[in-house]
Amino acid sequence: MSTIANSIFSPELAARFDKLVTIYPLKRSALVPMLLYAQDEVGYVSEAVIQEVAQRLDLFDIEVRSVLSYYSMLRTKPAGKYNVQVCTNISCMLRGGYEILDHCKRRLGIENKQVTADGQFSLEEVECIGDCCSAPAMQVNYDFHDDLTPDKVDEILDEYAAGKILDSTQKDGK
Amino acid sequence: MPRLVSHPDEVIVLKRRFGQGAASIDKYVEMEGYAAVQKAIAQGAEAMPGWIIDTMKSSGLRGRGGAGFPTGMKWSFVPKTSAKPKYILVNGDESEPGTCKDHVLLREDPHAIIEGAMIAGLAIGAKTGFIYLRGEYRYLLEIMEQAVADAYSRGYLGKNIFGSGLAFDIITQTGAGAYEVGEESALMESLEGKRGVPRIRPPFPAVVGLYGGPTIINNAETIANVPHILLMGGEAYARLGTERNGGTRLFGISGHVERPGVYELPMGYPLRKAIYEVAGGIRGGKQLKAVVPGGASCPVLRADEIDIGLDFDQLAKAGSMLGSGGIVVLDETVSIVEFALRTIKFYQHESCGWCIPCREGTDWIKKTLTRVYEGGGAKKDIDTVQYIAENMMGRTFCPFGDAAAMPTLGFVKKFRKEFEDYIEGKKAGTPLITVLELARAGH
Repeated sequence: MSTIANSIFSPELAARFDKLVTIYPLKRSALVPMLLYAQDEVGYVSEAVIQEVAQRLDLFDIEVRSVLSYYSMLRTKPAGKYNVQVCTNISCMLRGGYEILDHCKRRLGIENKQVTADGQFSLEEVECIGDCCSAPAMQVNYDFHDDLTPDKVDEILDEYAAGKILDSTQKDGK
Repeated sequence: MPRLVSHPDEVIVLKRRFGQGAASIDKYVEMEGYAAVQKAIAQGAEAMPGWIIDTMKSSGLRGRGGAGFPTGMKWSFVPKTSAKPKYILVNGDESEPGTCKDHVLLREDPHAIIEGAMIAGLAIGAKTGFIYLRGEYRYLLEIMEQAVADAYSRGYLGKNIFGSGLAFDIITQTGAGAYEVGEESALMESLEGKRGVPRIRPPFPAVVGLYGGPTIINNAETIANVPHILLMGGEAYARLGTERNGGTRLFGISGHVERPGVYELPMGYPLRKAIYEVAGGIRGGKQLKAVVPGGASCPVLRADEIDIGLDFDQLAKAGSMLGSGGIVVLDETVSIVEFALRTIKFYQHESCGWCIPCREGTDWIKKTLTRVYEGGGAKKDIDTVQYIAENMMGRTFCPFGDAAAMPTLGFVKKFRKEFEDYIEGKKAGTPLITVLELARAGH
């Protein structure tokens, strides 16, 4: 039973948040993880997310907004079901990261930070994701795909589109 | 995910459990796991903290995050008594472009990080450790959470670790995308639920850190070395490396090489051999042009500067840095103008904006290099870039300003002629791009 009446989150996530606020010396430490986990469930950090997170942490809305605007993974608009994040930082750039990004743009018919009309995919050019020795690399939601070629990207995106790959958040039911 | 690689020249300390399934606690224990923490406890409560710190000092281990500060010395700065609780904070916010060593380490040997944090806690009298991973490393966070849960269920973590009567708890934490949070003071801000902006020092974290308590912040690789050092002895570890640069290090070699990968090499290993033998040489038989030796913030080395040993002191002497151990190799086809622009774009994007020289400096360097790259630059732009970068150095709360300025200075000083030729070559008929035009184009 959540400590918050009428929580907007699933019972599982609400229970997780109930616990999360108790494990730190100061409960505000739960703020960044809560925003990210809330985004995983809701799809983005909505007004309702901001309100409930603020309430759970005894913060003003503005304090939550201030932190929210700092972190690049947190978004205030929905992304696609599969958020394709292509790294173009130095190690990936040297091995064709921009070609992969351009290929994704053509293939999905969208530009950086846009969502496809059917809501299935969104595309983001991202900074180094820590997969430099298997560059070029990308993440789809939280899953890494690397040693990419345009053909390999097509295969990966086909599998997502056909529902053959479950990304890790779906697998865990979180 | 980064693949596992190997080479006969590797000296294996940290990698000995890689590829063995050591994320499983049974496998970890089977391979001498949690033996080091028990060895420390066996020294007796009185002698233990001094024994751990002395061993760490004699190992010559220096911080693997990038700054290379001696770990044992850092631990010895923590006051013995403190009114506020002390903390261990493991920095797994690996974000330096060209660096993926902690990625492999976290996946292959998470318990080594847990055990190292426990030992650090015993050394300074901390009862709580935090393991902070960057938000993108969600699958690694799940591996780490499982490892922590397993260590609790065995009774290794908790109220009475290995019968010592001492408590140690570990809390795992995710970030949400921010390079700056890899900086130790910004990391503490983030863990306290705030924007990741840096704190002024002094006071240093060892005196006033997380929640105001004395805090030791170490990179994940640094911490993972600790159990190995305690088991093999500080001197034995030190002997693997060079003078004042003990042990081995995980070097991630990426870019234009035949066999990119994370290799464990002794400190001081020749950079030329690392590129041409360990990583298999330049891809496609091309010529080497330049090397960024320790992650994006380290000044570039030209092809004629690679006869150097990979340790903190030799790289510093050569005017660069060993940094995070991410060696990025550039072949002859790379345009340094384009590479320098991509590098500063990263820093401009990631600057937290707290200190004006960094916030404005990265933006103006990016704007200036953008117009050079677009073909509408002037020769004086090279001087402007150098002037801005020099004025960022040492004028910010945290090392980010330097981290953006140093590689920029490296590119324009060492490859000045390439910039000049680029400007001349592209200039033919191209009018100067004005600031207004740059701004209208979204730069």
